[in-house]
Amino acid sequence: MATRQTRTLARLMMAPAVVLLLIWMIVPLSMTIWYSFQNYNMLNPAMRGFAGFFNYVYFYTDPAFYQAIINTLFIVVGVLFITIVGGIALALLLDQPIFGQGIVRILVISPFFVMPPVAALIWKNMIMHPGYGVLADVSRFLGLQPVDWFAQYPLTSVIIIVAWQWLPFATLILLTALQSLDEEQKEAAEMDGANFVNRFWYLTLPHLARAITVVILIQTIFLLAVYAEILVTTNGGPGYATTNLAFLIYRTALLSYDIGGASAGGVIAVVLANIVAIFLMRAVGRNLDR
Amino acid sequence: MARAVSTRRKWIATAAAWVVALVIFFPIFYMVVTSLKTEPEAIAGISLIPSGTFENYVEVQTQRDYFKPFLNSVIISLGSTLIALLIAIPAAWSMAFSPTRRTKDILMWMLSTKMMPAVGVLVPMFLIFRDTGLLDTRIGLTVVLTLINLPIVVWMLYTYFREIPGEILEAARMDGATLMGEIVYVLTPMAVPGIASTMLLNIILAWNEAFWSIRLSAANAAPLTAFIASFSSPQGLFWAKLSAASTLAIAPILIMGWFSQRQLVRGLTFGAVK
Repeated sequence: MATRQTRTLARLMMAPAVVLLLIWMIVPLSMTIWYSFQNYNMLNPAMRGFAGFFNYVYFYTDPAFYQAIINTLFIVVGVLFITIVGGIALALLLDQPIFGQGIVRILVISPFFVMPPVAALIWKNMIMHPGYGVLADVSRFLGLQPVDWFAQYPLTSVIIIVAWQWLPFATLILLTALQSLDEEQKEAAEMDGANFVNRFWYLTLPHLARAITVVILIQTIFLLAVYAEILVTTNGGPGYATTNLAFLIYRTALLSYDIGGASAGGVIAVVLANIVAIFLMRAVGRNLDR
Repeated sequence: MARAVSTRRKWIATAAAWVVALVIFFPIFYMVVTSLKTEPEAIAGISLIPSGTFENYVEVQTQRDYFKPFLNSVIISLGSTLIALLIAIPAAWSMAFSPTRRTKDILMWMLSTKMMPAVGVLVPMFLIFRDTGLLDTRIGLTVVLTLINLPIVVWMLYTYFREIPGEILEAARMDGATLMGEIVYVLTPMAVPGIASTMLLNIILAWNEAFWSIRLSAANAAPLTAFIASFSSPQGLFWAKLSAASTLAIAPILIMGWFSQRQLVRGLTFGAVK
């Protein structure tokens, strides 16, 4: 009897969270899907009606769409590469006994707490600016021509900024994982004469595999949706050079007022994110069983 | 001999780590330095020693009313965190202490709502907000941030609650504690650290959220993310002042973040890496 009571109470306690998230998941998403099949432009509200797959065809065949998909991929892959490789190296370094470890950790982790618009503006104005930026000063000091980052390498610049923000996250998680590596195993390998490369390849890297997977998946979810950094630095340009899928949808919706087209783009973004999500859920779910 | 080698190794590792750490931290440091310069100094090439004026901080307030977006950020991030905690604590509690066969599925499903990209629902959210008058209101932003962070809050609390040993409950029950008594006198004190770190992480996430807060706000409800983003083309407000505003915007969160490194790993990996 007590158990039944407890169970009912447990359900009641869970209900608000479940109901709210259910609404949050179903209502906007079904509206997006509904609008994606509608003719609806806020500039021309009289012309409304069923559009079939027109919005999808329109969005797919837009040359900007291909560029946006490619840019999205470049941002995701580029940032992942920098943060994983850099994160492993940094984690290995910070795992060594060093003086002032606490302060070093604080310095390294800091960029993660900087809000995206601030991070983007620091880099745009004070680091990468072709006239007054620190990098330009350094180039001139070395007798080189300063690089106009956002004009010459716009996508690379965005990738650098986003990688700077996410490197601390990767480092912190990989470091945490590294610290759970059995000290005795390391010593045993060392005694058996395994050199650093061998120890890293056959012991450390397999141990980090899980953490690396988690970093890749979580970052991918956020990296697919990079927005503020682009808005503040390049506004998607020059042309469509730094427009990713998220930015293209924003442009279509709030600058062209094309509700139908933006919704079709939104559905594509949801499908893409879901493919990643399935893998992440598996990795997290497996951990739950242990 | 061995000790000499390891001391030398320690010094080399220390030097390398400090160099890397300073390079990574440099943009933040340089922003703080620039905020203490005069405007002509700010664009006069690298110099790490500012003339030390606090004028920019004063002008950010007098010219741009910095306090308004700051207050919005505080209200929105604290408000959404507290509401999320109110909803999530009972849920995480019941999942941790009376789990059913479906508990795991529910947790996974909650996590899956977090995977939905914001742009996927930008259009309907914008239209709903427009039609209900929630555009550019603190209430609207608070609601959205509560919803997007709710899954993380539930998950984090769940991983903390699960570590509270069940035997303690049994012991309390033997002593004749009622369910309410159990919750108030036995579990709550043990759960406070977990709740506190969840709260900290969630405030950080809400403070820095930069998609919904930029898109769904304008002059009235704009939090600091939107305020700073509006200076992407610096007209009127120049670099030194922008740096001062930026420093003020990130300082509280940076300090909170330093204290929550461990919880951060746990919260952001949904307990997959501890």
